[in-house]
Amino acid sequence: MAEASHGIGGLTFDTSKRSLPPEAGVAIALVLIVVIFELLGRLLMNDSFLFNTRENVDGLFNVARLQIIILQVSIIGIIALGVTQVIITGGIDLSSGSIVAATAMIAMSFAQVGEINGLENTRAVFFEQGLVDLPVILPIAVGIGCGLVAGLINGLLVAYTGIPPFIATLGMMVSARGVAKWWTAGQPVSFPTESYAAIGAGMMPVFIFAFLAILFHLILRHTVYGKHTYAIGSSEAAARMSGIKVARHKVLVYTIAGLLAGVAALVLSSKNLTAQAGMGMMYELDAIAMAVIGGISLQGGRGSILGTVLGAMIFGVIISGFTFLRLDAYYQEMVKGAIIVGAVVLDQWRQRRAAIGK
Amino acid sequence: MASDIQTNLSGAEAPKSDTQLGDVILRTKGLTKHYGGVHALVDCNFEIRKGEHVAIMGDNGAGKSTFVRQITAVEQRTAGKVWFDGQYVEFDGPLEAREAGIETVFQTLALADHLDVPDNLFLGREKTRFDWLGPFRVLDYKGMREATRQGLEKTGVKIPNLSNTIQYMSGGQRQCVAIARTATFHSKLTIMVEPTAALGVQETEQVENIIRTLKEQGEPLILISHNMRQVMDLCDRIVVWRRGRVVANLRKEETDGQDVVAYITGAKTQPEYADAA
Repeated sequence: MAEASHGIGGLTFDTSKRSLPPEAGVAIALVLIVVIFELLGRLLMNDSFLFNTRENVDGLFNVARLQIIILQVSIIGIIALGVTQVIITGGIDLSSGSIVAATAMIAMSFAQVGEINGLENTRAVFFEQGLVDLPVILPIAVGIGCGLVAGLINGLLVAYTGIPPFIATLGMMVSARGVAKWWTAGQPVSFPTESYAAIGAGMMPVFIFAFLAILFHLILRHTVYGKHTYAIGSSEAAARMSGIKVARHKVLVYTIAGLLAGVAALVLSSKNLTAQAGMGMMYELDAIAMAVIGGISLQGGRGSILGTVLGAMIFGVIISGFTFLRLDAYYQEMVKGAIIVGAVVLDQWRQRRAAIGK
Repeated sequence: MASDIQTNLSGAEAPKSDTQLGDVILRTKGLTKHYGGVHALVDCNFEIRKGEHVAIMGDNGAGKSTFVRQITAVEQRTAGKVWFDGQYVEFDGPLEAREAGIETVFQTLALADHLDVPDNLFLGREKTRFDWLGPFRVLDYKGMREATRQGLEKTGVKIPNLSNTIQYMSGGQRQCVAIARTATFHSKLTIMVEPTAALGVQETEQVENIIRTLKEQGEPLILISHNMRQVMDLCDRIVVWRRGRVVANLRKEETDGQDVVAYITGAKTQPEYADAA
């Protein structure tokens, strides 16, 4: 159907004037930011941001830096995969950070060792019940279950009470944080079993992030679930009239978002070897920011997992870049904020341009 | 004929039509819808036969759209009976009505802006593979594209590029996409709500040509329109609604524009519907 055939009213269509996919713009931005850091590095630090400059190490690129760039965003990236789907339906999820904390606390307490340096670990949450040195599958199941339940509650609230997703997930954000504190009366949970600590060890978070990103990219592109997610965000009325069970679908989307927050909690607590009630603070906003930078429209119906992954990369590059330039973290946050706003302004400008057919 | 209308689609006992259905594709008896205290549709009896094109006319708020929403199961009726295609039906939702063969082009078009043409045509009943995956069953993009092309050909609709999202399409093109849905799914009854209300002259003509094509192919159609010329051109019969009730059932040959207007405004009411006025 590539031929420019005559449409209704003699309209024609010029296939050569197809606009680039929105992800292309994000990718270009990513490259530009890397180039800026590279130039600044050469000018100010007399060092390369991207390339290997050490003589005792082989290789073209600074592999250690590249690893850190991805590693530091992969956990929030996992959350962002779920948040992306929620935003595509036209909703929002503010609760992911708190779900991470609550889930990490609860899951970690099922993953504690019984003995530390030959002494009994009497501070383990379930020490008296004898629930120590459990097989790793149990805390994993508990963690995924916690995230799933929290997401399910979000979904039921959004789909069946008619309250805005902002309010429903704000409630969950506050409540889940409460659960995280209540679970051990504010005490951190530490000393996980070796098998639990392996979940987030080394580059594991990156592999888990990459696997889930590919999985959900395929799901959004190639399954009925994905198509309906876009349809609901594009026009909820149209989706309903087409017979899509909108409420049920929303419950599913929020549940998946909660589940992914649960996975992030497992990876994070395993990586840190501890769980605290205050962990995951502001993760929800970072996850939303990644999605928004990646071209996901907050009005719904538009965006992709690929965009979110690129958005996460931009995040990682900025954090690493500022560290590389030895600038304070304050500047990092200031610039991060500006980039979030800038991304949305650029995206809307691009949309308008597309609308007037430029 | 009488024997095959005693069961509904799921095979359960169901009310029998008190008149022979014969080639009646859709029949309603006493169809009623209340929105709280508002009686939007009152005791509506309606019939359409196979191959027939029937226009529904009436002022705003007369109950036309409410009637459509009841028979397409976008809403659930307060009271009344509906027979479709020889069987008593109680659809649970719009998807069930569509699967049974009632295809509706709504005034709001029910299209998702960010999806392309095949996606919109198949929205809610996608062609899929690996159905055991439940909601994660895999879309058959190729099959849907092919069926879309055939549906468009059948109606004579030309869309320059199928894989473009429809958000920047003209009103006429969007209307054509919506209408092409009916052709793609071999519907038994097509309902169009104000299909040309927002269209230009040329686009209106194209849509009317599509409707004529449906007529030639013997597809029954319920057309809701305010456009008297269009109704007179395209339909066999005109049913007039007023304040939630049917007030006239007119054959095209026995009436004219002024006559219909008199029924719409309330200047006239057919004797058999006198209690409605």
